[in-house]
Amino acid sequence: MIDLSINTKLATQILSNFIHSEITRVGFQRAVVGLSGGLDSALSCFLAAKALGADNVLAIRMPYRSSSQDSLDDAQRVIDATGVQNLTIPITEMVDPLIANFPDMDNMRKGNIMARTRMVVLFDQSAAFQGLVVGTGNKTEILLGYTTIYGDSACAINPLGDLYKTQVRQLSRELGVPLSVIEKPPSADLWKGQTDEGELGFTYEEVDRLLFLLVDERFSPEECVEAGFAKGFVDEVVKKIQRNHFKRVMPPICKLNNRTIGYDFLYPRDWGT
Amino acid sequence: MKCKLALAQINTELGNLQANLKKHLDLIDQAVSQGSDLLIFPELSMTGYLLQDMVPQVAIRPNEQDPIFSVLLQASQKIDLVVGFVQEDERNRFYIACVYLSAGEVVHIHHKIYLPTYGLFDEGRFFAWGDSIRAFDTRFGRFGMLICEDFWHASVPYLLWQDGADVLIFTSASPGRGLSNEPQVDSARWVDHINRAYASLFTTFVAHTNRVGYEDGLHFWGGAMVYDPNGDVLARAPQVEETLLFCEIDLAQLHRTRTRLPLLRDERTALVQRELSRILAQGSRPSGR
Repeated sequence: MIDLSINTKLATQILSNFIHSEITRVGFQRAVVGLSGGLDSALSCFLAAKALGADNVLAIRMPYRSSSQDSLDDAQRVIDATGVQNLTIPITEMVDPLIANFPDMDNMRKGNIMARTRMVVLFDQSAAFQGLVVGTGNKTEILLGYTTIYGDSACAINPLGDLYKTQVRQLSRELGVPLSVIEKPPSADLWKGQTDEGELGFTYEEVDRLLFLLVDERFSPEECVEAGFAKGFVDEVVKKIQRNHFKRVMPPICKLNNRTIGYDFLYPRDWGT
Repeated sequence: MKCKLALAQINTELGNLQANLKKHLDLIDQAVSQGSDLLIFPELSMTGYLLQDMVPQVAIRPNEQDPIFSVLLQASQKIDLVVGFVQEDERNRFYIACVYLSAGEVVHIHHKIYLPTYGLFDEGRFFAWGDSIRAFDTRFGRFGMLICEDFWHASVPYLLWQDGADVLIFTSASPGRGLSNEPQVDSARWVDHINRAYASLFTTFVAHTNRVGYEDGLHFWGGAMVYDPNGDVLARAPQVEETLLFCEIDLAQLHRTRTRLPLLRDERTALVQRELSRILAQGSRPSGR
């Protein structure tokens, strides 16, 4: 039986201690979170506020002109519920001049530009606020590669990266994330009517169960089909995981010398702390 | 005889010997003030766990000439200590080691026998494999010490049992993994199962100290425990939080349990040896190292 439910009390304790430990051990006290109005960033914001205190968290809303008012309102609900500091920095004036240079630009390119512009704003504000950027990417989207490299995936630490989307939902309920955020269809909100599940072609509920077997339980694709998943679905997901692996690793360095970063120059990120 | 144990379920600073030494000394003071006889620190308590290429820089030699070790030896005048560290031997091999110190002397050093090098673990890349399993005498009786993966191989505590150990000291830096509906992660549950089993099957005391804190994205789950020879839990530290856990063990319980359940008396070691020799002599079965 596939059971993705988690002990939310233990998860909250481990994740908020993680945020506190990883930020304070390098000499910081504060965190910055990009708040989209969606579930993942809401949960990261709640966890960061729990870990560091609301005053030490800066939530930033970065709407583009096509972003929905609902997203802004939902982000505001998260700000109100957590009491964190907040800023709203529209990105339209940064994004549009670049887009205007390329009249035939498709939605994907535009979306990537928006995601990377938000990254620029977020990291700049993190320097001004003297905090670290707390990431919002969950395990499902990281595995599927449903993310913009150097865009929404960019962060200093990521507390959600080992939680499937359905687990993010469960934990969010427990922590009191506003219901309107939990219940609306997940969306990158890059254009009107966009939803994750519409774009992906399957629901998070379905794919999380499959990913759990493939990744956590080490089932082969054939065994997943035997367990009841449609072959086409399994093949598609396996392919997505593999094709998007480049987003999950550092760019390879070509080894030339005796000691090379990434191969035989090996230190943890927390070196000396 | 009774022995007052203190189990130091602590976080450490990665690669910072001086900071960790200071923390050890603070905890030694606390344990002494509570009248403890033996204070047990977790695996690699002097250095932290995820050392990678830091290993050669944090390695020490367990003698009075070493500035860190001499302080620990001095502290062991007040209380017996089990401390985890990286040992560099005379031929420059690096071991994950734990040492039992008492009255200013090194009583015993154990080198980790099994270095997990799979999944999230990469110990075999950085460390040398320990190659001996010995029980040793303390002022409280005969003890055995093992480090983490060592006690995932039943033969290792078995040998200590046969070598006379009545108290098994287990130390670890066990990363938490397997979040489910349960109030503890899978790895915490697994370790609890096996430690309870050793206490029950060998009718010995088992005292397990695991660390807490984070290194990169790994968290260490704590959950220090002491089991008596009946397999019952005498003391239990919380998950995840730093704790100094106190527990008095009554060694007379060995007499009572082993009278009821003479597993040690009845253990057929010669039969084990004979059958193991036969199995290994067949040649067709891979026997490992």
